[in-house]
Amino acid sequence: MSKLRIIINGIIKDNPTFVLVLGMCPTIGTTTSAINGMGMGLATTFVLILSNVFISLFAKMIPDKVRIPAYIVIIASFVTVLQLLMQAYVPDLYAALGLFIPLIVVNCIILGRAEAFANKNTPGDSALDGIGIGLGFTLALTFIGLVRELLGSLSLFGMKLGEGDGMLAFVLAPGGFLVLGYLMVIFRKLINKKA
Amino acid sequence: MEYLIIIISAIFVNNIVLSQFLGICPFLGVSNKVSTATGMSAAVVFVITLSTLVTYLLHYYVLVPLGIEFMMTIVFILVIAALVQMVEIILKKISPSLYQALGIFLPLITTNCTVLGVAINVVTKEFTFGGEAHLLNLGETVVYAASSALGFGVAMVLFAGIREQMELIGVPKAFKGTPIALITAGILAMAFMGFSGLV
Repeated sequence: MSKLRIIINGIIKDNPTFVLVLGMCPTIGTTTSAINGMGMGLATTFVLILSNVFISLFAKMIPDKVRIPAYIVIIASFVTVLQLLMQAYVPDLYAALGLFIPLIVVNCIILGRAEAFANKNTPGDSALDGIGIGLGFTLALTFIGLVRELLGSLSLFGMKLGEGDGMLAFVLAPGGFLVLGYLMVIFRKLINKKA
Repeated sequence: MEYLIIIISAIFVNNIVLSQFLGICPFLGVSNKVSTATGMSAAVVFVITLSTLVTYLLHYYVLVPLGIEFMMTIVFILVIAALVQMVEIILKKISPSLYQALGIFLPLITTNCTVLGVAINVVTKEFTFGGEAHLLNLGETVVYAASSALGFGVAMVLFAGIREQMELIGVPKAFKGTPIALITAGILAMAFMGFSGLV
């Protein structure tokens, strides 16, 4: 039960996008369509799970004073692995996400979880935390992408729903900020009602 | 002339925050007051210009000759982290007053994605500044890095000014904090879209 709790916490109570408000750059930068949002979420989840496990394994060995640079090296290594894998197997998605893949290194969610969870929990629990937070991030990104794609280009996961072009502004920069702002309000309302 | 195009393009047309979505965390996080926003922007301009210069040289004189460009992400982030630390130590010794003004912002800059973003952009992306698409040379790199950082500063200070005014308005409870800031940023981004087509 408590294992399940860790995962569910990551999706709802500690949702990285709507509650913790971390990792805003990829959230707004890559969610021009649902597919891109989902790809970015999964890429981040991959790095998050692996770095959580390894940081939790090495936490006792790393001296406290140099822990942040050490964590960054671990995270950057996994990002490089991810870059090479994506270039080989999903080159189209890699090109679409562009700069935001190497920028996973400086995504505050990953370093934040390393500090807040992985360095004081077991590797197993840290992996679960990575899965939970990663899923929360992926769901949020996919949903934002869905809304922006629907409003901006009248399509869902790349399938055209109707004639016409939609409101282009929602695919461009302003729409990203606006959609995220309004979705955050809705998320807050829903959570508060439950509590 | 080309440098002027780079400057206008990087500050207004392709503003790094409002149209390239980099550095949104500090943009939302430290924009409550104009004075802190100005301090943060000054620190960012300093660090981005310096770190981009160093990573640019490192890329073309170390990584490319050795054929290990795939190590870019690791090398760049380490260089940036070390550089920020060094700037902090040097500032503390040479100019305590400047250190007092910028000091608290410096540690935050390592995880500011504009720094790594600009460093990676200048060595991988081809730019067209009124001519053919090409990778930037050293002079263009420095100008581009400095003006991108200035663009961050412009967006940051404008946004902080708006947020200071917004403190005085009654905002619905659910909108308080980040949501209203995001919506304001959306409207600001819309205003900046007016610059497109300028270059």
